[in-house]
Amino acid sequence: MINYLIRRLLYALPLLMAVNVLTFVLFFVVNSPDDMARMQLGQKRVTEQAIANWKHQHGYDLPLLFNSDEQGAKQLTTTIFYQKSVNLFLFDFGISDSGRNIGADIQQRMWPSLALALPSLIVGLLVNISLALFMVLFRNSYLELGGSVLLVMLMSISSLFYIIGGQFLIGKLLKWVPISGYDSGWSAIKFLMLPVMISVVAGIGSGVRWYRSLFLEEVEKDYVRTARAKGLSETQVLFKHVLQNAMIPILTGVVVVLPLLFMGSLIMESFFSIPGLGSYTIDAINRQDFAIVRSMVFLGSVLYIAGLLLTDISYTLVDPRVRLS
Amino acid sequence: MTHLMMSSTLSAYKISIFSIALFAFSQTGCDVSQLNNPYPKADAEKSVLYSSFAERPKHLDPAVAYSSDEYGFIGQIYEPPLQYHYLKRPYQLQPLTANVMPVVRFLDQKGQLLPTTAPESAIAYSEYVIDIKPGIRYQPHPAFTQNTQGQFVYHQLNQTQLAEINTLSDFAEQQSRELTADDYVYQIKRLAYPKIQSPIAELMAGYIDGFSEFAQSSAKLPITELKNQPMRGVEAINAHQYKIRIKGQYPQFQFWLAMPFFAPMPWEADAFYAQTELKNKNISLDWFPVGTGPYWLEENNPNRRMVLAKNPNYHADFYPTDGDAGDRENGWLADAGKPLPLVERVVYTLEKETIPYWAKFLQGYYDASGIASDSFDQAVQFSGSGDPQLTPLMQEKQIQLQTSVSASLFYLGFNMLDNVVGGDSERARKLRQAISIAVDYEEFIAIFANGRGVAAQGALPPGIFGYQEGQVGINPVVYDWQKDQPQRKTIEQAKQLLAEAGYSNGIDPKTGEALLLYFDTTAVGTDDRALMNWYRKQFEKLGIQLVIRGTDYNRFQEKMRTGAAQLFVWGWNADYPDPENFFFLLYGPNSKVKQGGENAGNYANPQFDRLFEQMRNMPNGAERQKIIDQMQNIIRQDAPWLFGYYPKDFALFHSWYHNLKPARMIVNRLKYSRIDSQDREQKRQQWNQAQFWPVILMSLGLAGLVWPVIRAYRRRQQETQND
Repeated sequence: MINYLIRRLLYALPLLMAVNVLTFVLFFVVNSPDDMARMQLGQKRVTEQAIANWKHQHGYDLPLLFNSDEQGAKQLTTTIFYQKSVNLFLFDFGISDSGRNIGADIQQRMWPSLALALPSLIVGLLVNISLALFMVLFRNSYLELGGSVLLVMLMSISSLFYIIGGQFLIGKLLKWVPISGYDSGWSAIKFLMLPVMISVVAGIGSGVRWYRSLFLEEVEKDYVRTARAKGLSETQVLFKHVLQNAMIPILTGVVVVLPLLFMGSLIMESFFSIPGLGSYTIDAINRQDFAIVRSMVFLGSVLYIAGLLLTDISYTLVDPRVRLS
Repeated sequence: MTHLMMSSTLSAYKISIFSIALFAFSQTGCDVSQLNNPYPKADAEKSVLYSSFAERPKHLDPAVAYSSDEYGFIGQIYEPPLQYHYLKRPYQLQPLTANVMPVVRFLDQKGQLLPTTAPESAIAYSEYVIDIKPGIRYQPHPAFTQNTQGQFVYHQLNQTQLAEINTLSDFAEQQSRELTADDYVYQIKRLAYPKIQSPIAELMAGYIDGFSEFAQSSAKLPITELKNQPMRGVEAINAHQYKIRIKGQYPQFQFWLAMPFFAPMPWEADAFYAQTELKNKNISLDWFPVGTGPYWLEENNPNRRMVLAKNPNYHADFYPTDGDAGDRENGWLADAGKPLPLVERVVYTLEKETIPYWAKFLQGYYDASGIASDSFDQAVQFSGSGDPQLTPLMQEKQIQLQTSVSASLFYLGFNMLDNVVGGDSERARKLRQAISIAVDYEEFIAIFANGRGVAAQGALPPGIFGYQEGQVGINPVVYDWQKDQPQRKTIEQAKQLLAEAGYSNGIDPKTGEALLLYFDTTAVGTDDRALMNWYRKQFEKLGIQLVIRGTDYNRFQEKMRTGAAQLFVWGWNADYPDPENFFFLLYGPNSKVKQGGENAGNYANPQFDRLFEQMRNMPNGAERQKIIDQMQNIIRQDAPWLFGYYPKDFALFHSWYHNLKPARMIVNRLKYSRIDSQDREQKRQQWNQAQFWPVILMSLGLAGLVWPVIRAYRRRQQETQND
């Protein structure tokens, strides 16, 4: 397994390099260093000299990818691409174009994101799996039919509606929790209850249908018939045998997103004023802050690769037949 | 037995879950009567003002910050020598940290003193001598902390010290010192220092003597060396007096002295923040200001919350005892003579979306609010005479509405370098005049601004010297004066002008088809479609086909720089209340294409430019008004802009918020605000009683469902076992 992990990590390097190049090219196709300088310097009284100064100070006065004025390796190293990218591989994100330390900002903002995403995931998973198992338990009944109609309805509603509706009903009409905001420590709970609840409810439609289809596939298999033949109740069959054997596809969906939980949710965090990472990248794109964009894309790629790797490892834990080699 | 055991286990499980939930809930510190209170209970009756910010400010360094959201913070922290009188209109300058208004001395080329009556041509320099009040002290800050030997404790932090520091409040000892004239001089040097990149550096280089030379000589120096480098035109005479030498005359310079750009900066702050390790922890001057103002930035988490707290070292400052007529009746003099600031803390919370912000304002958790378009109908309705009024819901909550026309202008500009719409020919002028009549800005304001604007009659908004009310102030090219109000000319009159321009019925004689004009805009979202269609329809009234060229911000800026745009919308917020700050947008030598200036339409009229040069150095008075009238007439005839509209600010605030007089130009207005916390707390409690009836309803509904589910479950179990 160690060999497998090393091999996968080595595969990740060219992948990350490619992502980095792609981000760089896409960003600079749309924004030139002059545009970036104008965005940072504001709209009033911006002179060409100020733009030149800004570019020089932030290292954007170099050629993008190839420096023909230099000799040898410097032709590649004295470029914006090299100067801005090489430290990423050491996880040194540097200073943003607006002057803040990106690493410190990520470190500060990822915890609120996690505080929202982790309970949403766990509660959502429990609710979705339980409901899906109940639907399978009542398969071919009016309860299942009614449940399926309800799930399609829930799926058809925009997530924005859940947020605004939830804020209106729970926060504004019933006044149970603050409509938005955040605090540190235990005080965060009252701010997180509503967004977590909305996340869970908004995910029920698609989540329950997905898990239901997984379980339905399983309940037709021979081992289930054997279990029933042994006299086990339907609940025991579903919760002990079916659930365990359906873990691989469940894990595929869950473990891969675990590392990405740090990255936050743009809409939820925006509406609930949670100071997470959700809007960090979008804000940076709007502000043409390349330093943040490249860091966040890089981090996202690393976390996604880590998620895939964790998924592979988790297979071996839930299914002894799987071997990583 | 098993059933009983299960039941008891389940009960224990439920009890433990309930206990955990109860414990967690109790830890959140909620008041049962205000479960939705986003603030700590302990702050309920404190003198705290609650506000919000939608985007984190880019800069809090007074040499760099230039936008209104940044001024919202630094205006309360930094103190330039002058300020505007809070109550008097038109705006009047008065000393803030200065003892008296600066003495202006005129000098000739040799530096000899000239009499105040000296002709303009003889004046080579104007010297501003500024006396500052003694005894003013900075907020406590680690940059000032010295040990008993007089050495700065935190200017060279070691790794052990740094390991324990994450924010400014982690520094155990924070000292202060007295404000000196050197601090003002030092800040002017910072404006010139190229590495700081002050947006007004280029402008000031044209006015302050020795500024350019200082910028060149200091370019390669570390910032810690700035204090040792002299600047020719700026000098501290003694600890409480300094002088600034201006090239020629620049009367508007006094307005700059009321802006944070010219606030004092202690050299110790730069020496302290220059440490790389602090920068890596996001502890920089851009995020943690050091000022003498009424407040200091106690907490700066731009991702969540920013808190201003009363500066314990704030100098004697009092609420004004006089104001305009009607101020006393409005309650704006109720606190006359009281020491400032009147509020202990100001909490700004990040609130990106308008819907939750609005809901929290209605619950009393924000003290004031603007009005977003989606909540406008909930808040405001227009009377038969067109006056805005509060809706019954707002009146019931005793919310108050305040409207004021801001010193800003949104205009539709013509690129005067363009072959079709630009230039000085009679054809182009009449085309522009016809379009000026056809584009109905009254309709625009009603549809797209919810009535929050006043159609502009010229380049100067109300409140700026030179603006004329009534018939004398209308734009005679676009309006007639009828029934005591301006009436837009008819579309037939516009068509007549268009025909005189050679485009009869909008037909371009060169092509024989409808005249094509191009409108460059960054408004490309789906929400902007209605607006773009409206523009198209305005031009269609004349038979002109308007082509919308949607573009991103970068390309739009590039088009403006290169003169590739034909029609565009632009805006300007005044830096200071002087007509020069608006007319310079049309001054020929400020052309965007030729000089990279702020004259975005590249308008150039020698007569206008001459009058501008004459007007800009004059004191306000009848003579200046006469010249301004001439300038307005020239641009109304030339029509380089469709003057568009002056935006009108609508502000809502609760009954417990006092002393809020419209004052967009005044950046340090927070110190005059007062909050009646007891009234606020009482109303919050009244408005925020949690409703629990749905829980009972839901419980009943669930109880109704339980029995059929249990039956279905048992049946299914039996079916399985029977199988």
